[in-house]
Amino acid sequence: MMDILFTNAKLIDPDARNIATGALATKNGKIAAIITDNSTLPDAAQIIDCDRKYLAPGIVDIGVKVCEPGERHKESFGTAGLAAAAGGVTTMVTRPDTDPAIDNPETLEFVIRRAREAAPVNVLPMAALTKGRQGRQMTEIGFLLDAGAVAFTDCDHVVTNSKVLARALSYAKSLGALVLGHPQDPGLSIGAAATSGKFASLRGLPAVPPMAERMGLDRDIAIVEMTGASYHADQITTSRALPPLERAKHNGFDITAGTSIHHLTLNALDVANYRTFFKIKPPLRDEDDRLAITRAVQTGLIDIISSMHTPQDEESKRLPFEAAASGAVALETLLPAAMQLFHSGAMDLPTLWRAMSLNPAKRLGLPSGRLSIQAPADLVIFDPHAPFVMDRSSLQSKSRNTPFDGTRMQGKVIRTYVAGNNVYQRT
Amino acid sequence: MTFTHRHLLGIEYLRPEEIITLLDLADDYVKLNRAAEKHGAALTGLTQINMFFENSTRTQASFELAGKRLGADVMNMAMQASSISKGETLIDTAMTLNAMHPDLLIVRHPHSGAVDLLAQKVNCAVLNAGDGRHEHPTQALLDALTIRRAKGRLHRLNIAICGDIAHSRVARSNIILLGKMENRIRLIGPPTLMPAGINEFGVEVFDDMRHGLKDVDVVMMLRLQRERMDGGFIPSEREYYHRYGLDADKLANAKSDTIVMHPGPMNRGVEIDGTLADDINHSVIQEQVEMGVAVRMAAMDLLARNQRSVREAI
Repeated sequence: MMDILFTNAKLIDPDARNIATGALATKNGKIAAIITDNSTLPDAAQIIDCDRKYLAPGIVDIGVKVCEPGERHKESFGTAGLAAAAGGVTTMVTRPDTDPAIDNPETLEFVIRRAREAAPVNVLPMAALTKGRQGRQMTEIGFLLDAGAVAFTDCDHVVTNSKVLARALSYAKSLGALVLGHPQDPGLSIGAAATSGKFASLRGLPAVPPMAERMGLDRDIAIVEMTGASYHADQITTSRALPPLERAKHNGFDITAGTSIHHLTLNALDVANYRTFFKIKPPLRDEDDRLAITRAVQTGLIDIISSMHTPQDEESKRLPFEAAASGAVALETLLPAAMQLFHSGAMDLPTLWRAMSLNPAKRLGLPSGRLSIQAPADLVIFDPHAPFVMDRSSLQSKSRNTPFDGTRMQGKVIRTYVAGNNVYQRT
Repeated sequence: MTFTHRHLLGIEYLRPEEIITLLDLADDYVKLNRAAEKHGAALTGLTQINMFFENSTRTQASFELAGKRLGADVMNMAMQASSISKGETLIDTAMTLNAMHPDLLIVRHPHSGAVDLLAQKVNCAVLNAGDGRHEHPTQALLDALTIRRAKGRLHRLNIAICGDIAHSRVARSNIILLGKMENRIRLIGPPTLMPAGINEFGVEVFDDMRHGLKDVDVVMMLRLQRERMDGGFIPSEREYYHRYGLDADKLANAKSDTIVMHPGPMNRGVEIDGTLADDINHSVIQEQVEMGVAVRMAAMDLLARNQRSVREAI
């Protein structure tokens, strides 16, 4: 006797890169059966007819900022968790760039406890690589790992001192810990609010040349080669960074790369008349870069798509562009925005689910992110065609700084399950 | 009338015929300003508030005088001193002032786009008196009026803009305006002071001043900010003057009837030779100041007319 039987579903299997119509059954929070032929369906306590909609592994989102501790008025584990569930995100891998930073086991334990109490989805926290994210002394990587940190990162603070980074990476290597870097040359990017070019110059905005990303990546790759550490570049957003990334992978280094959904769906011109909801870090790029990055995700050179969910309240956004805070919320808009890539023909659904579920799960050594027997029943049922106009007041997040407000989008989450429990249902 | 805007936020939003309308009206105001009796009535009963979030003596004085000559009640607010230090945001400040029912708000702010942001939040007409590195529309308009009066036309001229283009809102507004009016624009300066993407601006770029000045009708010099002189952007003040300072020798490459302009305040001996700045055969720097008042009168007059016609329509 199964717990739930999902029938009449289009099953997206990112591992096999295919879509098959059939049924899926769960038992004890795990996937227990997948039936795609004419064989008899097992009995189940609950049967859910998916009405020929898609059933896919839930999204594993690396790089979500929940503003606890410190700025709970911007986002809490409760609201982020609801937003995640509504967006089909079943695992949030959270960032340590809180205030104070999550850089010691005690703070990490607080975060884990809060997440367990308040969030309906899986929460896996990352911890800071250096104390206070200041790039001077490494954190207690061993203790933090024991306390449950899944990766280490200073987020958008680049560890400027290469010696500090090299030591931290070689120490992390000895413990088998994954480190996330933010490839960016700190000197060139200081104070930048936009990507250099005609648009930024006409708008009079301080800007960073796209080359700064390649310079940052080049340095990090050299240190990875030196130390043998496991490294993930959090956001690759320019075409110039792709050749070194490709070489590093070809050379067999333990390196992967991600990008944000915003860099895949928006470009620098979207800022238009100083719209601060489009101010993100790194800044939006030219259309050529967006296309190159999209192709790189399609070919698998870029492994992971993240929401880079960054809540900011109205006060920090209602400022002149240079002075406004960076970041956008995206837990709920990740899936419909990704559907833009699907509908434009840039990539098919299994490719998207490799980047949003399978690859991030694999990178963190998680059993989720795939439709296979004994994998956790973290699932999303969605309709990629359902149209709607994005209204930011409908978002679950406490902060509603989405660049997609008023945008016509397609793709709605119908139900979300975490370990076989229904955590979201469209009403 | 062919000027239909509610605000004057930048040259980018103006059509060529709107620029002409504004300059024609400004020509009339030059006459008024030169008369013994200098009072107009276009802004009678209206309230003009000058909000300068950045130091300014000349532009603020010019706007103040322009408003007073047209009969407006003018109030100056030194913004650095007041609310900003108390942590009030730009929008709060704007809303507070808005509640006092001003008709014209003249705003200068150190951040690009700040004036656009403010204009979205208030009911009155907003004039951009310079926002960050973005635009300084009345400066470009007064430069255009000066050129038109000196050269008899505002098209098909070779115009060189020299110096710190990257950090200059005056340069941006001028490039846009002079481009719209179909002039050939040359930008002259060291590459460190050129903005990114400059090759897509529809201009010619020179790092050799002598080549760049060859046969130009107009030379516009820009002010080099003190904080850019200390080795970050250029090696030194004296090397800059040697290569990019305008002197008689370099100016000899230009047409013999070329005019020399500068938005002020000048650094004599840094970007321009002192004697040349005062040379009445070439320098129109004093005329620019005069045209500034007239252009600002014209701009405020047009915005007030539009405001009035909107009110009557309601």
